[in-house]
Amino acid sequence: MQDPVSYSDKDVGRVEVKETTCYMCACRCGIRVHLRDGEVRYIDGNPNHPLNKGVICAKGSSGIMKQYSPGRLTKPLRRKAGAERGDSAFEAISWEEAFSMLEERLSKLRAEDPKKFALFTGRDQMQALTGLFAKQFGTPNYAAHGGFCSVNMAAGLIYTIGGSFWEFGGPDLERAKLFVMIGTAEDHHSNPLKIALSEFKRRGGRFISINPIRTGYSAIADEWVPIKPGTDGALLLAITHEILKLGLFDREFLVQYTNAAELVVDDPSRDDHGLFYRAEMHVEEGCFDPQNKLWWEREIDGPISTHTPGADPRLMGSYTLEDGTPVKPAFQLLKERFEQYTPEWAAPITGIPADTIRRLAHEMGVTARDQKIELPMKWTDCWDNEHESVVGNPVAFHSMRGLAAHSNGFQTIRTLGILMTVLGTIDRPGGFRHKAPFPRPIPPCPKPPHGPEAVQPNTPLDGLPLGWPAKPEDLFVDDDGEPQRIDKAFSWEYPLSVHGLMHNVITNAWRGDPYPIDTLLLFMANMAWNSSMNTTEVRKMLVDKHPNGDYKIPFLVVCDTFASETVAFADLVLPDTSYLERHDVMSMLDRPISEFDGPVDAVRVPVLPPKGECKPFQDVLIELGSRLKLPAFTKADGGRKYRDYPDFIVNYETSPGSGIGFLAGWRGQSGDKVLKGEPNPRQWEMYAQNGCVYHHELPQSYQYMRNWNKGYLHWARAHGMIRYAEPITLHLYSEVLQRFRLAAQGKWPGRQPPERLRERVETYFDPLPFYHDPLEDQLVDTRRYPLNALTQRPMAMYHSWDSQNAWLRQIHSHNYLYLSPKVGLANGFEDGDWVWVESPHGKVRCMCRFSEAVEPGTVWTWNAIGKASGAWGLSADADESRKGFLLNHVIAEELPPNAAGEHLSNSDPVTGQAAWFDVRVRVYKADDKEPKMSSPQFSAMPRLPGQEKKRGKWQSYVAGVFTKK
Amino acid sequence: MTQLALVIDLNVCVGCHACVTSCKEWNTSGWAGPLVDQNPYGASPTGTFFNRVQTFEVGTYPNTETVHFPKSCLHCEEPPCVPVCPTGASYKRPDNGVVLVDYDKCIGCKYCSWACPYGAREVDEEQKVMKKCTLCIDRITDAKLPERDRKPSCVLACPTSARLFGDVHDADSEVSVAIRERGGYQLMPEWGTKPANHYLPRQKTRMHIDPDELTRVDNPLRKEDLTTYTGEETLDDVAW
Repeated sequence: MQDPVSYSDKDVGRVEVKETTCYMCACRCGIRVHLRDGEVRYIDGNPNHPLNKGVICAKGSSGIMKQYSPGRLTKPLRRKAGAERGDSAFEAISWEEAFSMLEERLSKLRAEDPKKFALFTGRDQMQALTGLFAKQFGTPNYAAHGGFCSVNMAAGLIYTIGGSFWEFGGPDLERAKLFVMIGTAEDHHSNPLKIALSEFKRRGGRFISINPIRTGYSAIADEWVPIKPGTDGALLLAITHEILKLGLFDREFLVQYTNAAELVVDDPSRDDHGLFYRAEMHVEEGCFDPQNKLWWEREIDGPISTHTPGADPRLMGSYTLEDGTPVKPAFQLLKERFEQYTPEWAAPITGIPADTIRRLAHEMGVTARDQKIELPMKWTDCWDNEHESVVGNPVAFHSMRGLAAHSNGFQTIRTLGILMTVLGTIDRPGGFRHKAPFPRPIPPCPKPPHGPEAVQPNTPLDGLPLGWPAKPEDLFVDDDGEPQRIDKAFSWEYPLSVHGLMHNVITNAWRGDPYPIDTLLLFMANMAWNSSMNTTEVRKMLVDKHPNGDYKIPFLVVCDTFASETVAFADLVLPDTSYLERHDVMSMLDRPISEFDGPVDAVRVPVLPPKGECKPFQDVLIELGSRLKLPAFTKADGGRKYRDYPDFIVNYETSPGSGIGFLAGWRGQSGDKVLKGEPNPRQWEMYAQNGCVYHHELPQSYQYMRNWNKGYLHWARAHGMIRYAEPITLHLYSEVLQRFRLAAQGKWPGRQPPERLRERVETYFDPLPFYHDPLEDQLVDTRRYPLNALTQRPMAMYHSWDSQNAWLRQIHSHNYLYLSPKVGLANGFEDGDWVWVESPHGKVRCMCRFSEAVEPGTVWTWNAIGKASGAWGLSADADESRKGFLLNHVIAEELPPNAAGEHLSNSDPVTGQAAWFDVRVRVYKADDKEPKMSSPQFSAMPRLPGQEKKRGKWQSYVAGVFTKK
Repeated sequence: MTQLALVIDLNVCVGCHACVTSCKEWNTSGWAGPLVDQNPYGASPTGTFFNRVQTFEVGTYPNTETVHFPKSCLHCEEPPCVPVCPTGASYKRPDNGVVLVDYDKCIGCKYCSWACPYGAREVDEEQKVMKKCTLCIDRITDAKLPERDRKPSCVLACPTSARLFGDVHDADSEVSVAIRERGGYQLMPEWGTKPANHYLPRQKTRMHIDPDELTRVDNPLRKEDLTTYTGEETLDDVAW
């Protein structure tokens, strides 16, 4: 061999380096794609990128194997005439044929009843465009994956603090002293959190992980606190109880920046019981949270306008106003509520000893109080008080699906927001910090349509498909209070379902409840497998027919890059490109990649030509929008407005002349404007020259306290990020929830829920946090099904995204059920045995592994490693289908029939968040005579037209020669 | 003499496998490649990796530690794999201490993998030659790469910076300082192999709270400890 010292990679072949943005998960790191003779030599992290600072993860490093996978789709496909849906009998067609089919079908639907078209998408990061397309088409039946992912985390915190975790905000580990991670699936999010966590630990920060399972990030925690699934709310209530009881809260912060001291009407006989007492004073038109509320002033012992200079309000007590109205400060109500939630109460629920709960509270409270950070940054608050510094209480939290994916998740996450608030950590150094465009009003301004009249033929939807209800009038229901969306979002069943309920779309469409639809377009959402609950039955619904032979869901269009399980059920398949083959934007209108210090957005640019006839879904939508003559895509003369997606991105403005478009950077004719400015024809070029990322660092005085930072809020308004420069007071007490509760109690002057839902709405729309057992626990026999079953996401695999990846699948080709040896002992099986996992809804057979790193009442597995036979370009006998398994088969998408309804979603009653983690199971040994194979099995999906032929036994990837072999 | 090595910080390794696949992607098209995969899309896929992460548990519930343990060739100063090689394919570079295999000389006899007590060598089942970590010799010695990139691929990739790279014979190097100050250790030193790679152990940060820290004079509850007189009888009304 040549001496390696005399060898240089640069001498081998034609070398090119192109910068773009990763998409091996939703983290969106900057990458450099190194090419050799036009093939990917390697992909590494872009050292100049603000997100990943040069590092890259296991998935990002394996992009090569995604690009060159034999699972790729390469041609548009049509189900063969006469072939049954689900049998994967397809014929290749041209794009023109595909577009003609869609144009004909969709223009008819749009002219007759636009809601018969439904568009639902996966973890796609292009919701600004897909949402625009749906609105322009005129259908309300649109959502992305948020409803089954983590909408509780978004809604629970945004309705409390005006921001949330991940894209919206996060823990400031650079300055935190104590970091508490609770209910976080590892790798959520990925590289930025890994970077921050390791630096935090190196600085001597203390890291506590609260999780039923100790893997991933929890492995390096200084302390692991195992907890029973679904009981995080009880723990957080008890911790907050202890903090309130000992006076470890930040009084000054609560008074100035939250509604703690604001007076609430306290007279259950009155219709305005539980609402803030509103004084008569000037209120700005359209203001989302008017400041016309009162404090009880200490010295004058009477009411006074909030934030009156020099006033010092009472946080506790009970008072009577001059007009006889009995009132209490919100904090008093909070304190009364929390009195019952002692550590001793929480201990048997959570499985955490009361002393541990108390110690956790003490660590948080004492660290927040005694290790204060003061940064010498001048800022001015919304009440014109000048501050010489920014103060921080360095306790940071991070949380995700472990809290969110339960039917009590919304209130649990509200409790977390309240804990973070009483500790005084919101948008302060060392605590939680927002990322632009957050903070936003509580709740943000966009609203869903308000009634059936919002949907009209050949007309854009009146309202946004997804919005933020603030009162019953914002719901999308008819005069009877019944749902108007196919997923029943924004109905009384799930009033604050701000991300929709994608997990119920197929079941509802199949049942024709609330109405049948015609065409369902799914974009990279694997609804016939890991993205559905009750997968086995959902697959049957997809092929179920009316007695006349018509499919119950008449037309199914699937756009994906790979031959996923869902592709098999399509009537029309649209082959998407890989992330290395297209333009893409990580837009401020959607979920950008902002940092704590200011807005950041990013783009992808093609570094390779599309494989076969693959076409980016973005371009498909632009083409369809143009053919259907949707107003946003059409010129006044009826002609096509945008050539293609890149042209659209540069030239589209939210309204003519608004200056707001998909990309925030290099706006204006010469590219010198930020966030707002006229279109810049050279915008793509400028992104490409700058690593495909735009980072606007705010002045230091705008980087903290943004809910109440006058300078920041006016800057944000001037740059089109926010409508009002009003203070975003934290909702310790949620008046928004109380409005819905009053409606359920018959005290609201406007809309009220249908009778069957009154009790449900009254119970769960509690303006103060409370704990309740997950809904499924209330409805199934928990003695027969004593265990909680969960999934975790491994760091080397993003959901179902990479079983087609030859390298990543070697790390996770199949999954086990992990459980405590005690479960095996009690049920007579051993480590490695084949077992059945049975829930009240179904059962799966799998292999088990004993683990000491799991709470003994919990069993768990890696999410979406199990695949259907033959899918994703794998052989029919691949480990993924023979040894791997999918837990979804045992999770129901609907609750057992109960007083509130026959077909309620298995979801949070406030937000419609899929309650994946509520499922209860029992585990027992499979019979020795049973096949050593996971169950259920499905007939193998064949190779599709246009898919590469089977690869051989050996594969050696060498860039420059691989595809030429 | 220079002895290049990795020092792996178990205190921050989260087991993400970034080192595993970044190694694979660099090396499969590099000087030491290819890194073959067997049954890449079929049952029991397996392939050549120069670096793997093993995860194990220590202790019993609830006192359980989960340890992620990345493992690759340790570039021993007394590498047992070198003297057993009948063809001289396995060798240790005198200039930087990196242990390498010359595939042209390797006959695939596997003596070296039997001699290695760490299980660090992987035979390429297609080419029938022994392969293993080269510390990315074709990166670290490539003067055409920018200085910043002249590190092993795994080191550059690692999101938690758990992998330090440098000369363990230079007392002032980052790796030597880390070994000295953090209690860096070698794997199975009793074998006398003197592994160049070291591991940094887990460390715990704890918090102590004194009881008097919970009852401070500035307790905000003191601002709220008011009572309201509503006419009920008191001692003041009835006692002289």
